Amino acid sequence: MSNPDHGGTRLDPWLQSYAARAHNMRASEIRALFSVANRPEVVSLAGGMPYIGGLPLEDIADMMHRLIIERGEVALQYGSGQGDEGLREHITEVMALEGINAHPDDVVVTTGSQQALDLVTTIFIDPGDVVVAEAPSYVGALGVFRAHEADVVHVPMDADGLIPELLESTLTSLATEGRKVKFLYTVPHFHNPGGVTLSRERRPQILEICQRHGVLVLEDNPYGLLGFDTEPLPAMRSMSEDGVIYLGSFSKTFAPGYRVGWAVAPHAVREKLVLASEAAILCPSNASQLAISTYLEHADWQGQIKKFREQYRDRRDAIIEALEEHIPQAQWNVPQGGFYVWVKLPEGIDSKSMLPRAVTARVAYVPGTAFYFDGQGSDHLRLSYCYPTPEKITEGVRRLATVVDAEMETVRIFGAGSGAAASTVDFPSPDLA
Amino acid sequence: MDIMILAGGLSHERDVSVRSGRRVLEELKAAGHRVSMHDVDQNLIPSLRDLGDGVVWPLLHGASGEDGSLQALLELVGVPFVGTGSKEARVAWTKPVAKAVIARAGVTTPDFVTLPQSLFREVGAEHVLDAVAARFDFPLVVKPARGGSALGVSLVDSRDQLSRAMVHCFAYGDMALIEHAVVGTEVAVSVVGTGDSARVLSGVEIACEGPYDYDARYNPGRVEYFSPARLDSAAAAAVEQAALTVHRTLGLRDLSRIDLIVDADGVPQVLDVNIAPGMTETSLFPQAAEAAGGSLAEMYRDIATAAIERAGS
Repeated sequence: MSNPDHGGTRLDPWLQSYAARAHNMRASEIRALFSVANRPEVVSLAGGMPYIGGLPLEDIADMMHRLIIERGEVALQYGSGQGDEGLREHITEVMALEGINAHPDDVVVTTGSQQALDLVTTIFIDPGDVVVAEAPSYVGALGVFRAHEADVVHVPMDADGLIPELLESTLTSLATEGRKVKFLYTVPHFHNPGGVTLSRERRPQILEICQRHGVLVLEDNPYGLLGFDTEPLPAMRSMSEDGVIYLGSFSKTFAPGYRVGWAVAPHAVREKLVLASEAAILCPSNASQLAISTYLEHADWQGQIKKFREQYRDRRDAIIEALEEHIPQAQWNVPQGGFYVWVKLPEGIDSKSMLPRAVTARVAYVPGTAFYFDGQGSDHLRLSYCYPTPEKITEGVRRLATVVDAEMETVRIFGAGSGAAASTVDFPSPDLA
Repeated sequence: MDIMILAGGLSHERDVSVRSGRRVLEELKAAGHRVSMHDVDQNLIPSLRDLGDGVVWPLLHGASGEDGSLQALLELVGVPFVGTGSKEARVAWTKPVAKAVIARAGVTTPDFVTLPQSLFREVGAEHVLDAVAARFDFPLVVKPARGGSALGVSLVDSRDQLSRAMVHCFAYGDMALIEHAVVGTEVAVSVVGTGDSARVLSGVEIACEGPYDYDARYNPGRVEYFSPARLDSAAAAAVEQAALTVHRTLGLRDLSRIDLIVDADGVPQVLDVNIAPGMTETSLFPQAAEAAGGSLAEMYRDIATAAIERAGS
């Protein structure tokens, strides 16, 4: 480990060997603070963990037992790189609920939709290529884009999602600058972290703009079936088979522990995705895929999603009521589905700078800067209401209110704009998913 | 030997503590000892009562682990434990108090002032910061008066950076310590033993590209470590003597890490005192122990044995 030039050590004998992109992969203060969030004393409004306690765990245990007894030799064996055919058939049935008419051959099963994101980025992005994404955007996607040395250009949203006029002007200016835009990354349903949904009217407009500019659409849709009072809007993939890669997941509608997601892509793209996936992992877990298939065959999965929707609606109501009561000086949207509320803090408060104070007060959230590629977002934070009980949510927001008050006091003392310096995106951890 | 490592806790340094605990656990387990790791939670006291003839090794960093609270609990329950006792821990944890004690013992420490957030509110932040700027030459270091792992610490080069540094600091605690940033060779000296039998391990020099902040401490790369430190013999001896004096004067037990900087005149100035030094793969105490020869496991065993013997005497 000695450095031959100086005689010292840098504690990592391979420092000179890493790829340039690995130098950004570093442990951070923020990640360290999240280690406290798992303690029961802390109300974590940070992670997007689904409420697994709402699942019929004993029934699932019986199903898993039967699976291994009856199909153990298949479940515990290697499988197909594209994914189990039976599961792919089931996936087409799930997607039909959002108007997608796909053949099982169009589907590539992945290890969570996070792997699908990585595969799409692998096959499309050269260093310096541009990905256009909503402002703000899912932290896990930004981490993948950063790892592949993409540049991300954000386009603002409003209450109806991505704003077509601003997408148009952004793509036009990027073209004028000679920048190569490879795809638009979008979470059109119950956005993470924004909580908004791309309106029915805007969906074809966005597709038309992208088509005209020769830009592929990467539609990431883990929350589409989790609307509280509304039926799902048609997926963008249902309106364009050639211009959209669709990503789906069982992590939010069933259980993330299985790590099963999927991609649906135009034929040629799909072939490359399969090859890229085989190069990365050979095949997705057969045990997990068959477990999901068994669940879809034998459980009332649509009834379970309905229960989840009701539970998440109660929690959404709890967090909105608590915000109204305890932090009325902040602003937020009222999500109609999904897991997240995107909160704009009172002027001058920096959410990243405030986080240690929140951890001291035993409440955790994700600072808004995590959702931008360029250090914006310090005036926002994301609250997740999916996991804690309504009572815990109320207590968490009450604690957060004391933190906001203390931070406002600090801002009053030292002046607005004296918070933490702008930072780049942190690499995602499951705490932030 | 039965050893119960306490790691985790609820402080901002939980992550570092868990990593420290795992490293010590692995070393001692590989050497054949029966080692378990516990968090500080509702099960702690029953677990302590089941410990029998064993010893507790608190590896909690930050508040409640280093401020004397946990040590007071262990003394209350009456179990032998590694490290400094509760009263001495409380003094060492509060940086301004520790600095005052150290200075009285003749060891140099950077000129400093301690200011609570409430004072800025009452008197007006601009007035206070102007007074700081008038009194001290830049660069300055702003840090929480209690805490570790460089959390909340800023290096300030000019008056206009002070407000941001104060906000960053006050997010971690309500008392700020502002001290003159000494330019020189930064050295961490690990001390093992107690009282007259305490001895220093080889000092580890920290040559850091940029500030020695959280990023530099826990991501290999930005820091080059030299053990022994590249000091002439007079400076090296002065550093060792200063560390020993601090360890003994503050009444520290079993192990500590004293962070110093050797200024342009060769004078060691004490920056910080750690009664539960980090034991992670990038931490300074294990580096110093390895540089001293012998195995880490043997050193950790000797430290635990000393705690048991002390309890028996």
